[in-house]
Amino acid sequence: MKKSTLLRVSAIAVSLAFVTAACGSDSEGSVSEDTVVTEDTAAAVVDGVTCEGVSIAFFGALSGDAGNLGKNIRAGADLAVSEFNTANPDCQVGLVDFDSQGDPAQAPALAQKAIDDAGILGIVGPAFSGESKAANPLFDAAGLAIITPSATNADLNDNNWKVFHRALAGDDKQGPAIASYISKTLAAAKVGIIDDASEYGKGLADIVKTTLGDAVVASDSIDPKAADFSAAVSKMKEAAPDAIFYGGYYAEAGKLAKQLRDAGVTATLVFGDGVKDNGFIEAAGPAADGSIITCTCADGASNAEFAAAYTAKFPGETPQTYGAEAYDAAKAFLAAIAAGKTDRAGVLEFLVTYDAAGVTKQIKWDETGEVAGNAVYAYKVEAGVISVVGLIE
Amino acid sequence: MRDWLIYRTFWDLTVTGVALGSIYALVALGYTLVYGVLRLINFAHSEIFMIGTFASLITATNVLGLPMLEAGQYPYRTGFQLVLILLACLLGSMVLSGAGAVALERAAYRPLRGSGDQFGAVVLAFVSAFVVGLIFFDTPKSNLIFGIIGTGPIAWMYLNIFRRGRQAPRLAFLISAIGASTAITEAVAIWGPRDREQYQTPRVLEKKTLFKLFGTDIRIDYVIVIIGALLMMTALLLFVNRTRLGRGVRAVAQDVETAKILGVNVDFVILITFLLGGVMAGGAAMMFTLVYDQSKFNIGFLLGVKSFTAAVLGGIGNLKGALLGGLVLGLSENYGSALFGGQWKDVIAFVLLLVVLMFRPTGLLGESLAKARV
Repeated sequence: MKKSTLLRVSAIAVSLAFVTAACGSDSEGSVSEDTVVTEDTAAAVVDGVTCEGVSIAFFGALSGDAGNLGKNIRAGADLAVSEFNTANPDCQVGLVDFDSQGDPAQAPALAQKAIDDAGILGIVGPAFSGESKAANPLFDAAGLAIITPSATNADLNDNNWKVFHRALAGDDKQGPAIASYISKTLAAAKVGIIDDASEYGKGLADIVKTTLGDAVVASDSIDPKAADFSAAVSKMKEAAPDAIFYGGYYAEAGKLAKQLRDAGVTATLVFGDGVKDNGFIEAAGPAADGSIITCTCADGASNAEFAAAYTAKFPGETPQTYGAEAYDAAKAFLAAIAAGKTDRAGVLEFLVTYDAAGVTKQIKWDETGEVAGNAVYAYKVEAGVISVVGLIE
Repeated sequence: MRDWLIYRTFWDLTVTGVALGSIYALVALGYTLVYGVLRLINFAHSEIFMIGTFASLITATNVLGLPMLEAGQYPYRTGFQLVLILLACLLGSMVLSGAGAVALERAAYRPLRGSGDQFGAVVLAFVSAFVVGLIFFDTPKSNLIFGIIGTGPIAWMYLNIFRRGRQAPRLAFLISAIGASTAITEAVAIWGPRDREQYQTPRVLEKKTLFKLFGTDIRIDYVIVIIGALLMMTALLLFVNRTRLGRGVRAVAQDVETAKILGVNVDFVILITFLLGGVMAGGAAMMFTLVYDQSKFNIGFLLGVKSFTAAVLGGIGNLKGALLGGLVLGLSENYGSALFGGQWKDVIAFVLLLVVLMFRPTGLLGESLAKARV
């Protein structure tokens, strides 16, 4: 008896340890910005903005296959928040992270967590389209405003979510632009289309496919979790298209590019905004060269003032994909806080009439939450560097 | 709209299907061997494969010092040097995967069979102490020190428990397998230098087309995979059927109690079985990295599920069944995704398994490690 008690106690201790370990390594919900409450308010009043216990949140993948994109977004929001906090000593806004790993299955529970944190007045995110579909209904029911700097799925604006805003044009603009780039600029007569069966990837690939019509000679879907795409590769090899468009994210795009090139496919590879990350270059290696990547996101690095502030905040780094959009999104929320809006309804109302010059464009939303203007940029990979080519007509 | 392109891509799909099927088959051998001897599905076997891919990566970059990319080009090697590099990677993968499989057996399964030894106690004690350390410390270094200090007393406690020699119920082995699998993947995900991101392995082999068959390019990497897998499988079959130890494996597979009475060291035979499975998975892992040049903390998961399917498809416990199951699965996945689209790939694999099991409940060749004969 005595020994079995010992066994039981040790079993409980170990399982407890596991539970605690799981909580300990949890990155979700950790406040990264120390909320400093100034004691002597009389001495520190600078420009009148006072607030207490308010924060905005980042919602998206910080780890996982597309984690780089989330890190870029978080950095942009982080820059905006710390600029604001420096300028307003009496209003220290926190930035709370919700790492969804880009997984729609994890999104609703995380969204609920964000909603339950009463101090959060706005969400920069959700970063991807799949998780947006899962989380946005919850945010909408809770009246918590969201500005996504990156989820571009065309249907997202079609759900009557009053909290939904987008800081860049959607795939209904990007898709036709990709099609026009392929048919006009690349002058491709035969086009192959591949997607990753995700909300974003398939959505965008379908728009490109419909717009190109008869020029599409082969199409296939791949399973992004698999390592081997040989069925899709064989199909493309057989059809011998002049250009291949892949709708999906950068990690699989890299593997796919490599396998296509290994099989001797010479078509120009064209990708959407989900591939615009150095992770693509890393995964594809030399196979990435010559690829075209489109994005409704602006090149943050070409705005000198923003790029300088970014490098000052993150030494040795330059703004990456969606960083500038995230900065603009966070700015909108911070403007609401500066205007004295300290509840969710107030912030939401403030965004309706918000109209200010952002880093990427004039930020102003229509009633569906779409941002004004519909710029789509083309980028090209040359010698392992993604550089902007220009606007697509 | 069905795409009838399959007629024109048939031979291409066949070559890639056979290559991928060979990798499935090698991993399936590990499931089948352990099942044949212990009647246990070793769900942590997929992690042994994952360890093998990382061993290959570490051998190439850390031991041999190969660069990832040389000025925008892969660090291709040729001739004798290439052969040496490939053999070194193969050796690294096999050794680490084999060692991993043996450690897994002794720490996660043997204690449950009621014959736990010092090794298992020390490994389990270290893991327990390390995990308890996570409560108090947040740097890996202090965790490690706490783990090492705590190992002694906890190992002593475990050893005392082991001495009672209690047999755990069958279900406990399954939980232990799943637990070990999760622990290994998460350890790599949390403490690996790139977290949950993908790792690239340096590509040393230029994937040239060797010759054309039925109008299809036959690439050198696929040839290496197919021939390598065949060689490894032949060696395994010879070992199990022709050597004294192999006879022990077959004896334990037939009847544990009788084998024990007749003087077979059952625990040693089980260890050898895990070692063989691990070495095969290591070989598969090296070939996998040769073709796909990548790895990840959860790379074993999907591949493990597929290989397990292949083992069941061919008849679990049957070595030749694992080979047949792997090839059938690799080919049907490829043909199926060409016919119905790549998103149906996994569905096809499992529908095929269901259909086969409906007509042949013990798999294509039936369960029979015990009766295996060349």
